Amino acid sequence: MPRRRPGGKKEKVYGKPESNVFLGAFAVKISGEFLMDDTKPPIVVIRNVTKTYTRGSQVISVLQDLSLDIVDGEFLALMGPSGSGKSTLLNLLAGIDKADSGSIIIGGIEIMALTETELARWRSMHVGFIFQFYNLIPVLTAFENVELPLFLTGLSRKERREHVAAALGIVNLSDRVDHYPSELSGGQQQRVAIARALVTDPTILVADEPTGDLDRVAAADVLGLMGRLNREFGKTIVMVTHDPRAAEQAHIIRHLEKGVLDAHPETSH
Amino acid sequence: MHILKLLIRNTFRHKLRTGLTIIGIMVAILAFGLLRTVVSAWYSGVAASSSTRLVTRNAVSLIFSLPVSYKERIRQVPGVTEVASGEWFGGVYISEKNFFPNFAVDAKTYLDLYPEFVLSEGQKKAFLADRKGCVAGRKVAEQFGWKVGDSIVLKGTIFPGNWEFVLRGIYHGQQKNTDETVFFFHWDYLNETLRKTAPLRADVAGYYIVGVKDPDRAAGVAVAIDALFKNSLAETLTETEKAFQLSFIAMSNAIIAVIQAVSIIVIIIIMAVMANTMAMTARERIGEYAVMKTLGFGARHIAGLVFGESLIISAIGCAAGIAFTYPAAQWFSDTMGIYVPVFNVENRTLLMDVAAALIIGVVAAAFPTWRAINVRIADGLRRIG
Repeated sequence: MPRRRPGGKKEKVYGKPESNVFLGAFAVKISGEFLMDDTKPPIVVIRNVTKTYTRGSQVISVLQDLSLDIVDGEFLALMGPSGSGKSTLLNLLAGIDKADSGSIIIGGIEIMALTETELARWRSMHVGFIFQFYNLIPVLTAFENVELPLFLTGLSRKERREHVAAALGIVNLSDRVDHYPSELSGGQQQRVAIARALVTDPTILVADEPTGDLDRVAAADVLGLMGRLNREFGKTIVMVTHDPRAAEQAHIIRHLEKGVLDAHPETSH
Repeated sequence: MHILKLLIRNTFRHKLRTGLTIIGIMVAILAFGLLRTVVSAWYSGVAASSSTRLVTRNAVSLIFSLPVSYKERIRQVPGVTEVASGEWFGGVYISEKNFFPNFAVDAKTYLDLYPEFVLSEGQKKAFLADRKGCVAGRKVAEQFGWKVGDSIVLKGTIFPGNWEFVLRGIYHGQQKNTDETVFFFHWDYLNETLRKTAPLRADVAGYYIVGVKDPDRAAGVAVAIDALFKNSLAETLTETEKAFQLSFIAMSNAIIAVIQAVSIIVIIIIMAVMANTMAMTARERIGEYAVMKTLGFGARHIAGLVFGESLIISAIGCAAGIAFTYPAAQWFSDTMGIYVPVFNVENRTLLMDVAAALIIGVVAAAFPTWRAINVRIADGLRRIG
């Protein structure tokens, strides 16, 4: 599977927030090389996943026997018409929905086997979600919104502040920490949302139409930021989009049509 | 701490809605507290009754009298310390709207049996020395602006005529729940007047207040007294002062039941209003709860947010309601004056206020919490945008 690599050396391993190497990892990655190993196994392994919805007496098949591998550090764009199942696939990947059958292994964990409580804990550690409509908590400042997921990590106040400051620094919003979402533009809100997704140093970042509610300039800005997160910090990103320009930012573009993944992935670069 | 901040900011996100709900709870708690205080006031006589006092009355009915000769016979019953005869006088001051309880009593023994009616030694001596003397409670004296030495004329309703008295003392209650609206004078004055004006009504007492040495033996003393007059023309019924008071309250049980029911209905109504507020709140924030779940927050966090918000609103409403209960009770007491002798907000009422607010907060949040917890993240996220 052809894919663009950020470099050619060994991968820098991300630590979890509790291991407290997040800031160190940022420092290393900002300085330059985030490199991967061609031979390593995929970080996401999806096998024969099927998902149906029942609407009244009608059973709608959304995903049919879908299999997909995503390697660590990959930037994958999922495209397809409305109702093709791309958001459903994203939700399954993020552990916020459950498949009817099949297997989803992320970072070596079979998430289909996790209970709701285990899944919530898993999400807090391994998934950063970027929404189309940012979904910031309106009564919290940018800083507090980014800090929110860290309350589930057991980090000290000082550590949390350091992580939040680092995340907001990466998205270039250090000067807006005390601003409420209503005081920020759409693009800035989305950058705060990205910082929030990033702050726990998750295994994968999933983004559902992250530029869908933004103007062209803001969309380009957000896409540039996501590209940078992938290149400089080696973040594995799965993005659902309708926008071909947004998809160009990814290494690989996969098309979904009526719940079936295309046979031949498209390389964007 | 951060979650608490979120909780508080969420609570006041819709200031008008939250403010109106808090006012609603405040009014409900105020009404609940006042209604419970009315019920407590009804029972104030029971609460203030002494375990060392018995009341002996005609077994047929309180409206029938007992011979004056019974007094000495009751005094001889083992365990009895003192006996005071009493008669409901039923006089009115100037006009019938000026109602207050007034009794003809054996002055000396009556004051001994009611140590909670605190009278200065000088006033007590002056009262005992003056056959036309009378004593009034602080509240009734204040109501009519009486001072010691004033001449007071009561118009008799049961015992016709104008009855002249000289106010020799004003008592105040030893305890907070002591009735300070009682007016009493010498039974001898009544009896001697009746001997002249209505001899057939003289030499009888409406009831006897009996002092007992040992409250634990009060029941035995009561039985002994009643046995003494068994098969006589005027059989007696002797009971503790508490039971005597309760028998009066039993006559108005229906009213008390209605007041209690209304107080509970008030709470149920505000519970429904509060539940509606919380349901609206949870419905509006279902997307935010879905986002928080996506971030990894679990059911207990979501439940904490919904319950917390509901409890903050009900706690503020409760605190405001309690704060207003005291001045409202004072106003009610001042306005009603002698008609409601004791109108104190009891600690028990405050505890019931707090319990009611807690129940409102918990019940109102129960269903919205259940919904917020159980909504699928994907469905919750779909509500946004």
